[in-house]
Amino acid sequence: MSIAGDPVTHESAHLHVSGEARYADDVPLPADTLHGALGMSSVAHGRITDMDLAAVAAAPGVAAVFTARDIPGENDCGPVIHDDPIFADGLVQYEGQALFLVVADSHDAARRAARKARVEYQPLAAILGIREAVAAASFISPTQTIVVGQPMERLAAAPHRLKNTVELGGQDHFYLEGQVAFALPQEDGGMLVVSSTQHPTEVQHMVARALGCRVHDVTVHCRRMGGGFGGKETQASLVACAAAVAATRTGRAVKIRLDRDDDMVITGKRHEFLADYEVGFDAEGRILAATITMASRCGYSLDLSAAVNDRALCHVDNAYFLEHLHLVSHRCKTNTVSNTAFRGFGAPQGMMIIENALDDIARALGKDPLDVRRVNFYGVYDRNVTHYGMTIEDNVMPRIARELEASSGYRERRETIARHNAASATLKRGLAFTPVKFGVSFNATLFNQAGALVNVYTDGTVLVNHGGTEMGQGLHTKVRQVVAHALGVPLDTVRVNATDTSKVPNTSATAASSGSDLNGKAAEAAARTVRERLAELAGTELGVPAAQVQFIDGEVRGGGRSMAFATLALRAHERRISLSATGFYRTPKIHWDRVALSGRPFFYFAYGAAVAEVALDTRTGENRLLRVDILHDVGRSLNPAVDIGQIEGGFLQGMGWLTSEELCWNEKGSLTTHAPSTYKIPAAGDWPADARVRLLENAPNVEDTIHRSKAVGEPPLMLAMAVFFALRDAVSACGPGAPKLRAPATPEALLAAVDSLDGARAAAGAEEATA
Amino acid sequence: MGAEDLEGAARYPRFLLDGRVVEARDSTPTTTLLQYLRGPLGRCGTKEGCAEGDCGACTVVVGEARADGMRYRAVNSCIRFVATLDGKEVVTVESLRAPDGSLHPVQQAMVDAHASQCGFCTPGFVMSLFALWLERTQVTRAEAVEAITGNLCRCTGYRPIIDAAMRMHAVGPAMHWPRGPEHDGRRRAALPSADTPVALPGFQAPRTLDALAEAYARAPDSLLLAGGTDIGLWVTKQLRDLPPILYVGDVAELDRIVETDAMIEIGAAVSLTDAYAAIVARYPMLAELAGRFGSPPVRNSGTLCGNLANGSPIGDSMPVLIALGAEVVLRRGAAERSIPLESLYRAFRETSLARGELVRAVRIPLPRAGHLVGTYKVSKRFDQDISALCAGFALSVRDGTIAESRIAYGGMAAIPKRATATEAALNGRPWSLATVCGAAKALATDFAPIGDMRASAAYRNRVAAALLERFHAAHSGDGAALRVEELAVARP
Repeated sequence: MSIAGDPVTHESAHLHVSGEARYADDVPLPADTLHGALGMSSVAHGRITDMDLAAVAAAPGVAAVFTARDIPGENDCGPVIHDDPIFADGLVQYEGQALFLVVADSHDAARRAARKARVEYQPLAAILGIREAVAAASFISPTQTIVVGQPMERLAAAPHRLKNTVELGGQDHFYLEGQVAFALPQEDGGMLVVSSTQHPTEVQHMVARALGCRVHDVTVHCRRMGGGFGGKETQASLVACAAAVAATRTGRAVKIRLDRDDDMVITGKRHEFLADYEVGFDAEGRILAATITMASRCGYSLDLSAAVNDRALCHVDNAYFLEHLHLVSHRCKTNTVSNTAFRGFGAPQGMMIIENALDDIARALGKDPLDVRRVNFYGVYDRNVTHYGMTIEDNVMPRIARELEASSGYRERRETIARHNAASATLKRGLAFTPVKFGVSFNATLFNQAGALVNVYTDGTVLVNHGGTEMGQGLHTKVRQVVAHALGVPLDTVRVNATDTSKVPNTSATAASSGSDLNGKAAEAAARTVRERLAELAGTELGVPAAQVQFIDGEVRGGGRSMAFATLALRAHERRISLSATGFYRTPKIHWDRVALSGRPFFYFAYGAAVAEVALDTRTGENRLLRVDILHDVGRSLNPAVDIGQIEGGFLQGMGWLTSEELCWNEKGSLTTHAPSTYKIPAAGDWPADARVRLLENAPNVEDTIHRSKAVGEPPLMLAMAVFFALRDAVSACGPGAPKLRAPATPEALLAAVDSLDGARAAAGAEEATA
Repeated sequence: MGAEDLEGAARYPRFLLDGRVVEARDSTPTTTLLQYLRGPLGRCGTKEGCAEGDCGACTVVVGEARADGMRYRAVNSCIRFVATLDGKEVVTVESLRAPDGSLHPVQQAMVDAHASQCGFCTPGFVMSLFALWLERTQVTRAEAVEAITGNLCRCTGYRPIIDAAMRMHAVGPAMHWPRGPEHDGRRRAALPSADTPVALPGFQAPRTLDALAEAYARAPDSLLLAGGTDIGLWVTKQLRDLPPILYVGDVAELDRIVETDAMIEIGAAVSLTDAYAAIVARYPMLAELAGRFGSPPVRNSGTLCGNLANGSPIGDSMPVLIALGAEVVLRRGAAERSIPLESLYRAFRETSLARGELVRAVRIPLPRAGHLVGTYKVSKRFDQDISALCAGFALSVRDGTIAESRIAYGGMAAIPKRATATEAALNGRPWSLATVCGAAKALATDFAPIGDMRASAAYRNRVAAALLERFHAAHSGDGAALRVEELAVARP
């Protein structure tokens, strides 16, 4: 029996399909529960000169209105430093910032009341864009620089050089379940908060701080989220804190669920990036030196922006050896929503920069971009030290590239496409291979720890608590498999509990793809502790040494005899042997010098690659992904069905970021795309009719991870770079030169890229544009 | 029967749910079905993802009596008012699981395909697929994708959901919620009687055209409500207090499609689904537009006449219907007149309807020999997106010469508008690329579009010309692919 590694269905699948899976908004609440709505600012930057909430308070159904003054503790929900007010207090720093909370007897009444506020502002100059912020040296956190080798000298000496700029848009998480929390006052100053959060411990801390109480007074509970993607790592705190404040003030249960449009305006998103680069390279396309200056839009507060940008720094190499590199990272403070974690956490932006450079090099040399990428790959035994000083010990990229190149028919299709493009003036095809190498572990070493609690009951059933949260990624499913495997019991005898800060304390966010690595190991440790105790007893019962006792299929065997696991559990209880144990895990080997920006921040790397083929209408910019081939490394999979799901879903989400998902802001700093009617995440028709997604076989993790598996949450998102570069390839079929293609590559952006090419076709395009 | 006859005697909407009749006594005219399910009925399986009919998490299936049994269709419960469900059946995700807990084949297929991750969108997908399961006995990939274009999933990438749709009919018979005429007959018999119209303070649902027209003429400040796929958002997003509502959907004689030798007439209560089915039967080249209009749940609720009367500059139906020479039939009290569709539009969201006048029907001429027709929509996302621009073309070519041309665009002006200068530059000239390229320059005379979050003005101008050239290529080319979609082939 091997439960770990089986493609078992999601532990909640039967509940999802029948509508019985409960989300925070579905939990029955006391009849007198109040519902909250946030009042939001209407300017990007300004001082509040008057806030008249009389009409809000007098609106039908309203019970109370709360502002910054009503917060018993600290008016802050900033995760790293204290610069994120729950309610703006005098100063408004982005449009949509929360000003107050109104609670009423219904969601609808609260929303209607919130719109009755009359707020006057003294406008202040707003910095909205990245260039503007860099020019004004408006930074939220100090600029970071990494220099390795002799970049300037090598650049000057390089036989070929080129420069370009990369422009990358942000991305809204668009979790289907918006931000939601409710707070239920408990006896003796306690507060129970049910929150849709990736980070219950942080919500616990923020709520305690806002209420001015102690951490043990607050319990945070999360059964599941309707999607997270990083958007509920820090962003869940605002509604949880606001609900808790109102619950404390009124003594009643208070629920806040953000309307979709409000959610999209209020909460942070993926960071927009701008990068200027110059690369020097040889005739093979090998990068000899590079200078890269990247700048990101962080918004009005720090949130996780320093860490996001650090990860961008650590992934600008992607799968390539950059021996001589000058790297600068600006973290811009702007009067826009405070950008935050989003699947990939800066790595996608970092990788897109180097991939752009390699694509430019290939076009400058007239080489196939795959060949240029390949000569730049990290070596397996040499050329294997990253620009932050980490030696890569698990490089499977050459193998992945070899296998995928063959299985995708890359070379033959390249020929076919060239023939097609030569014969087709309007419709061009494009093809691209892009790799992914993603570092697994939180950059900050301290977050790489986890706890779990395993309880065995006297009927042989098992209940597991761990610090990770379930947002659809199948973490509970995997942990359940790990524990069932460790105890040798059937899967259906193991139940994974809702995440609860009173069960497992001091947890890290379920983030950085680390959920099953950390919590799987902690749960396994707890299960093994219980098993060791039981093995001792079973050895006595069966008359064999404990080491010879086997736990298989719900039975305990030894010396040719066996007993049911449930019988053994009951026997243990009778003998006063504890059936409950905690487990703890900390990731070994890792260290990170935050100042020097060097060390071994990652336990290991996850790898993958994709080949995408697209069609582009060069007159309208309409385009379609025709086929994708993916080969992805998950080590020895804990659950191939779950892992394939993460790969496919991550890929399409990444494709949305790079193609159709365009966040538009007007000159006043208002987001104009704050609903699915205007903000277009991929739909079913965007999944290609020809998709061939495979796991890399026979590739157990070289590090001692849980069952030698690898993290899979974030890395596949970056496989979607293949779509972007296939579109760039199709644009390049219109003429020579390095196209300037911004992301997202909307139809309009693609036409602009066609115009940016050198030569006749571009001139024709420019004429059309002015016609 | 006039509106005043019902005052004081409220008649609440009644609908069938899980075999029992629910009388929605605690609903107002603008209570949405989603609010009613999650609130008074405590059925939280149906989710709110966007409250504007764009994500599909709230999808339920609505059954209506038909002469031959029942007809079930997926709709967005978040923007569908409870008052419009009188005499109908509502099926939610909770309805499908058998009392013994066994899953419906649709649900089981989703589980088997690993088609849920976070699960929040899943009930909506299940219900869209359930409607498809009822409608068909097997499902192709294209049909599967089409059925779920109104459902967004942020986790899976859709592949396993598409697989589930293609396999669900092979899972086995349904223990609970089976299909077939016998079951439909039973459910039809259980529908609540609807002998009298629904009447709430601020909501009237006349049963005859005469009553509707009379009521509207008498109270022209009333709000005409048909499918509610736009008006629903006035409530859920703009939080507007609506004027008294006159509901069009219960007028049986408006839910009719009549075809004569010369035209198709589509009544004001005909859903977009039915309207486009009738149009596409005659104009197969409109099939793509029909499939890209909103989503199946939106098309199942929304009406074609509502789309036309709404007058949005980016409505998808208007350009090609204007090009085809469609007319709208207007009714005020007992008086009726018809005008060309393009004359309905005066200025941004302003029509030439008189006070108290309603759009009773639209009349679309039937195809003629030598008549070339096409329509193209361009948007950021292929499916379920609002047009950046949309073009409709209809040309009569005789002996290689353009005898008559009618061209209209959406997204290029404050109203759906004919390109009269461009038409003039085509008429009487040879049907050639040179003519078309020359005429395309006149688009600048016809239009001065704005730039917004969907596209810049420059992009709209440029693509408007490209679409005209594409139309020419489509009717004079060598059969080479003209659209990126034509290059997509499923894995062998």
